[in-house]
Amino acid sequence: MAKELMPKSWKEFPDGIHVEVKDQPQGFDYITAGWRTFRPEVNLDKCVHCMICWLVCPDNAVVVKDGKMTGFFYDHCKGCGVCANECPVKAIEMVPEVK
Amino acid sequence: MGKKIAMETNQLAAFAMAQIDPDVVAAYPITPSTEVVQEFSKYVANGEVTTEFVPVESEHSAISACLGAATAGARVMTATASQGLALMNEILHIASSSRAPISVVVASRALSGPINIHGDHMDISSIRDAGWIIMVAEDAQEAYDNIIQSIPIAERARFPIITSYDGFITSHAVEVAEVLEKEEVQKFIGPKKPDYSVFEDKLTIGVLALQDSYIEFKRKQAEDYDKVVDIVKQVGKEYGDLTGRYYDTIEKYMTDDAEVIMVVMGSTAGTAKVVVDQMRAEGHKVGLLKIRLFRPVPKDDIISVLRTADAVMVMDRAFTYGGIGGPLFEEISAAMNDLPCRPYMANYIYGLGGRDIKPSHIRQVFEDGLKAVKGCGFDQQIKWITVRE
Repeated sequence: MAKELMPKSWKEFPDGIHVEVKDQPQGFDYITAGWRTFRPEVNLDKCVHCMICWLVCPDNAVVVKDGKMTGFFYDHCKGCGVCANECPVKAIEMVPEVK
Repeated sequence: MGKKIAMETNQLAAFAMAQIDPDVVAAYPITPSTEVVQEFSKYVANGEVTTEFVPVESEHSAISACLGAATAGARVMTATASQGLALMNEILHIASSSRAPISVVVASRALSGPINIHGDHMDISSIRDAGWIIMVAEDAQEAYDNIIQSIPIAERARFPIITSYDGFITSHAVEVAEVLEKEEVQKFIGPKKPDYSVFEDKLTIGVLALQDSYIEFKRKQAEDYDKVVDIVKQVGKEYGDLTGRYYDTIEKYMTDDAEVIMVVMGSTAGTAKVVVDQMRAEGHKVGLLKIRLFRPVPKDDIISVLRTADAVMVMDRAFTYGGIGGPLFEEISAAMNDLPCRPYMANYIYGLGGRDIKPSHIRQVFEDGLKAVKGCGFDQQIKWITVRE
């Protein structure tokens, strides 16, 4: 669960392991990107919107609007780097998650 | 007054299940609970219940199918014992963490090896930490009553429940029991109200929770599990209002002024009550505390009875390898730790693999207690009895 969505106390945690889902861009409230060490960043000037990244992403984390690749849904991206590896125009770079 | 019928306890358990008429029963029969599944399948074949009966290839599959059906919102039951319950172990933990109110009838039996099909409490003891509610019945009547009560207890607590009775000693004994009409049972348990719909609600089932959230889920589960004690009391009272048979987490027998109190679970309570009567007639202040709710441990109820005793004799029809006494003794001992003045406490491991326990054995245990009170405790705190020395 992402830090901003984590309840402040165990008392507010859901009963059991059935978590009710609220409306989010990808339809999930439960965040699965906690262990990412590299994040993909796209250079939209280079991107040709071929949708190969969208096709290969195992986590449905590529955001597409009106047929155009517009970025990533970082709550789900685990940083596997498949998109960067497969991008035919090298528009995606994997950047270390350090601050 | 309900009508009285004479049946083997296993048949009576199947009768109770048929009155509950669960949505799904997935089962793989095992001695000594085989008859429960066998008899219940007859109710299914005769069209007397609306249950979807799923015969599976193992207990692991049985409880998995039960969990799936319960997750979908169905009222679910099954029956098992011993190695069957042991094979379910992996899924038992997932079921309790999923808050799936499955009701399982267990005819308690020894664990192999050596291979043994007879009654003791090793099977239910070995899964005491699986997060299930565990209730133990003394006789056929209580077994029937517990099975009916298991549905509202599990569904209100949102935890799965095991209602057990002793294998063969109780399961294969024909006893007279007073039963309700099916309509009364249906009215008592009410319709199943699912917490959610797998078709309409958006849900994640079986989520992953790692270092950042697992412990919070467990903390919540532990807190809710402790609330089961009050739910068992409440349902026991409501059931009493309906039948005249009131139930609590424990049963007291001549404990109010008792110097020596025996703590016991299951069918041995019946034998012990006879011995208490005999020894009371002889002027000995002895009493009996029967534990109905094995998990969660009704700590406050136990302390309230035992705090005035001078000696407490805990009887375990199970043991733990290398533990400090049997599973019941460990809990009672820990519960009593808070008291400023603790009574003498001893543990007797008995009756494993169905070894008979006789009134003479129980009398000997009480006499050890009376001797301890007069002198200074016990020669041996943990003792095996009903064993060739």
